[in-house]
Amino acid sequence: MSSTCSLLGCETLDNRNFSLEDYGGPTPRWCPGCGDHAILTAVQRLLATEQLKPETTVFVSGIGCSSRFPHYVETYGFHGIHGRALPLATGIKLARPELDVFVVMGDGDCCSIGAGHWVHAIRYNLNLTVMLLDNNIYGLTKKQTSPTTPQGFKSNTQPRGSYLPPINPLQTTLGITNASFVAQTADWMPSHLAATLEAAHAHQGLSFVRILQRCPVFTPDIFTEAVKNPQITDVLVHPQGIEDPTSAGIYKSQITHDPSDIHEARRLAEACDRVRVGLFFRNESFPRYEVLRTVPKRTVEEKINLLNKEFDRYAI
Amino acid sequence: MSCTPPSDSAPSTTAPTAATVHTLPEHILEILSDSGEGAQKCGQSFGAVSAKMGNGAWTVEIIPAEIQPPPRTPEGASGVRIRIGTDEVTNWGNRTKLVIAFNEQVLLSRHRVQALADDAIILIENMWETHADANIRQAWADAFAELSTANYRFIQVPMEEECLKIVDNPRRGKNMFALGLMSWIYHRDVEKVKDQIAMQFRHKPKEVYERNVRLLEAGIAWAQTHLDFRFDIPTGDVSEDLVVMNGNTALAMGAVMSGLELCSMYPITPATSVSHYLSSIFDDMGGVVHQAEDEIAAIGVAIGASYAGKVAFTVTSGPGMALKTEFIGLAVMSETPLVIVDVQRGGPSTGLPTKVEQSDLLSTLFASPGDSPKVVLAPSTIEECFHCMITARQIAETFRAVVVVLSDANLATGQQPFSRPKLQANWHALEPNLGPVKDGHQPFGWDAETGLSQRIVPGRLGGQYTATGLAHNEDSHVSYDPYNNQRTSAMRSRKLAVLQSTLEPPRVVGPESNDLLLVGWGSTRGAIEEAAEKARAEGLGVSSTHLTFLSPLQPGLKEIFSRFQHVMTVEINYSDEADDPYINEENRRRGQLSWLLRATTLVDVDCWTRVLGQPLSPGDILQVIKKKLS
Ligand SMILES: Cc1ncc(C[n+]2csc(CCOP(=O)(O)OP(=O)(O)O)c2C)c(N)n1
Ligand code: SF4
Ligand SMILES: [Mg+2]
Repeated sequence: MSSTCSLLGCETLDNRNFSLEDYGGPTPRWCPGCGDHAILTAVQRLLATEQLKPETTVFVSGIGCSSRFPHYVETYGFHGIHGRALPLATGIKLARPELDVFVVMGDGDCCSIGAGHWVHAIRYNLNLTVMLLDNNIYGLTKKQTSPTTPQGFKSNTQPRGSYLPPINPLQTTLGITNASFVAQTADWMPSHLAATLEAAHAHQGLSFVRILQRCPVFTPDIFTEAVKNPQITDVLVHPQGIEDPTSAGIYKSQITHDPSDIHEARRLAEACDRVRVGLFFRNESFPRYEVLRTVPKRTVEEKINLLNKEFDRYAI
Repeated sequence: MSCTPPSDSAPSTTAPTAATVHTLPEHILEILSDSGEGAQKCGQSFGAVSAKMGNGAWTVEIIPAEIQPPPRTPEGASGVRIRIGTDEVTNWGNRTKLVIAFNEQVLLSRHRVQALADDAIILIENMWETHADANIRQAWADAFAELSTANYRFIQVPMEEECLKIVDNPRRGKNMFALGLMSWIYHRDVEKVKDQIAMQFRHKPKEVYERNVRLLEAGIAWAQTHLDFRFDIPTGDVSEDLVVMNGNTALAMGAVMSGLELCSMYPITPATSVSHYLSSIFDDMGGVVHQAEDEIAAIGVAIGASYAGKVAFTVTSGPGMALKTEFIGLAVMSETPLVIVDVQRGGPSTGLPTKVEQSDLLSTLFASPGDSPKVVLAPSTIEECFHCMITARQIAETFRAVVVVLSDANLATGQQPFSRPKLQANWHALEPNLGPVKDGHQPFGWDAETGLSQRIVPGRLGGQYTATGLAHNEDSHVSYDPYNNQRTSAMRSRKLAVLQSTLEPPRVVGPESNDLLLVGWGSTRGAIEEAAEKARAEGLGVSSTHLTFLSPLQPGLKEIFSRFQHVMTVEINYSDEADDPYINEENRRRGQLSWLLRATTLVDVDCWTRVLGQPLSPGDILQVIKKKLS
């Protein structure tokens, strides 16, 4: 990065070079083998690759195992309340569009208690990088059924098995007006995860990334087959999609999918017995709320003048 | 017809020789119509013109709960009460002396709640008496049988007939004709009335303004030809610069002046009009009104914005407050400054959406689980609605606190003239400090004495931290240490005591020691002070005091109370009557402020409260004083 303000004495700032360690916070308290570790590493790599300034980067989360995320990244953060990460992030971005804002949510957080905000945040399409860490279960509160829990899966609240088919976060998101970036990846596909996060971060608008996440404690078997057997995974590929040459040798089933095709995206997102990762949809021309809501900056004197004009209307 | 009202509508077209002019210090009038016939616009214009002429004025809207209630029904009555006086007017007074009613049903609604003086003059549209529909004729006759219990003086006015001479649809125009009647009766300055009309229709073609002026003039002419009385309410001194507006407009202006730049809200009566007005001016002033998907998101967005920069605010009413409580806890715990405006309405649940109540005091104090100390203040006049937003923002910032402003439906729609604020730059928030964080500056570096700390907004080099609703230490690191939790709870609570140390004891109006002290808060100030003054004039030993701060309470209350034989709150919320069945000293549920004052002062504070969905009248309070002292 070039120095532009040496006269102000902040030359050193612009010449900083951040290593992976610069983004490392305290040791995460997730269980050994938890998929969240891999996701954290991938995110820290992204920060280092992109050389994002720690002081202008903000991680926002709700409540859950996954929502501990901001504490483990050496940037600004807001660990909020269950289901409400997106309103907090919306406020941060509206007030300070120049900040780089990441949102981390669990499946209960995003798809259950925060589902209303999920729908509306997608429509606002603020420039946020949103990650859904989907372990198909409530982790922090110890194994209750989540909206993405597979039908029949036994939990502490549905011990005879989950009654209903799970919600499909990809299809749901793809059904919302103004959805501008929808992708899926998995914690056990490090290079694909990294490539997806990079594309998501580069996207101008809200990028929604569902990350399939292993919870060895409460859902140890749900992703076992997918992890062991690369043949059940389809990787969506396209010149405008996510580039991940590294895993091409392992994941042989590659589907060419043009991410500008919303209908095909919805079809590919349909529930089936395959795991589909890659970029389902992207359109950078959709309206972004923070851009639409940009207002002129007024000095206090200007405001007082304008306000005095208003008072004139009510003057006696 | 036998049930025809006794009327002195002059069938002849000759003018009364000369109208008798009654000069009075004050008068109360109402204009009532079906919803959509414009009585509210007309009444508010009349109030504004009166204020502009130098009269004291206070307007109260009579609002049906539905947007389009069935026409010609008592429930559908929509209108305004206007009290004007030579001196300052601080409340809606007692009974109405003059009514303009567009039909007899809306009149009935006010008759039934005893809003009208026994000898009120009633100008009523007379088209219904001879209406083609027999049901309507019958309803008119029945209504007048019911109305005959009072000694009203009826004057039939052919409003529809007169308006049809000018417009095709008299439903859109009668209100201007009525404004003409009122203008003539009360000697209003016609030029000022026309200015008001011009302002109302400033976004419409000129013909609209001209048509409305013709209607106004027709009303004036009709009154001049047919009425034998006029009222003169001498105007007071207008040397001071005054403005006239309602409380919600004043709140919005105060928000702008204080430097709040994001209003994040979800529509709810009677708070919404703050955001309507703000939306019309805010963009140009560098601000954003964000209509969120619900009240939870609304406060969440405000907290996010505050965390990242300047203090933001959210506006709501009771049901919205209920939804916001979890986020209030997060703001308290993360010490994110925040201003919340609650324009209170009748509850519980959806309650009385358009009507006044002061029932959110305790739920606000205790909103959010756990101990969540917050600042609560209540404006008592329209003027205070403006200034309290500046105070609220400053406190929120200085104390890193949640500040709740409790307004109510009475202030929201009531109009009152007040001194035009001389806007000062130091009322406005400063830009957040984005400079590098000095070594050793922790995000929660609590001062051990005061609990105060300097927040750090994102963007500051070297200040990185994660705000959290979990228990945390100075560095905002999660801490489950028992002593840390005890200490940090004390830090958050201490801030209220520190704020209290900067406040003055409330002013006592009337003798400093006396038989009875009335204590109020919020919009009831005018009615309470007027009642106490009347009581003193009758030789009763009554003083009053009004609290602006409810959390922390202003200092010195116990000492003040000790100088009175009895202390009693007067509030618009529910309390059991002491002599009701099953009710005794111990189980009596009391007015919310009295509950609070008893707990904090250990003084036996009595209460008198009502939940009639309307402002309190000084006359009713006077009766209560007499009973208490008898
Ligand atoms: C309002 C509220 N309701 C319930 C909870 C309890 N709770 C905390 S986390 C959680 C679910 C976590 O599941 P998920 O969002 O999938 O995150 P994970 O732990 O699996 O990462 C629940 C129900 C809470 N903290 N707040
Ligand atoms: S319970 Fe599951 S999701 Fe939570 S930390 Fe442990 S492995 Fe991860
Ligand atoms: Mg989960």
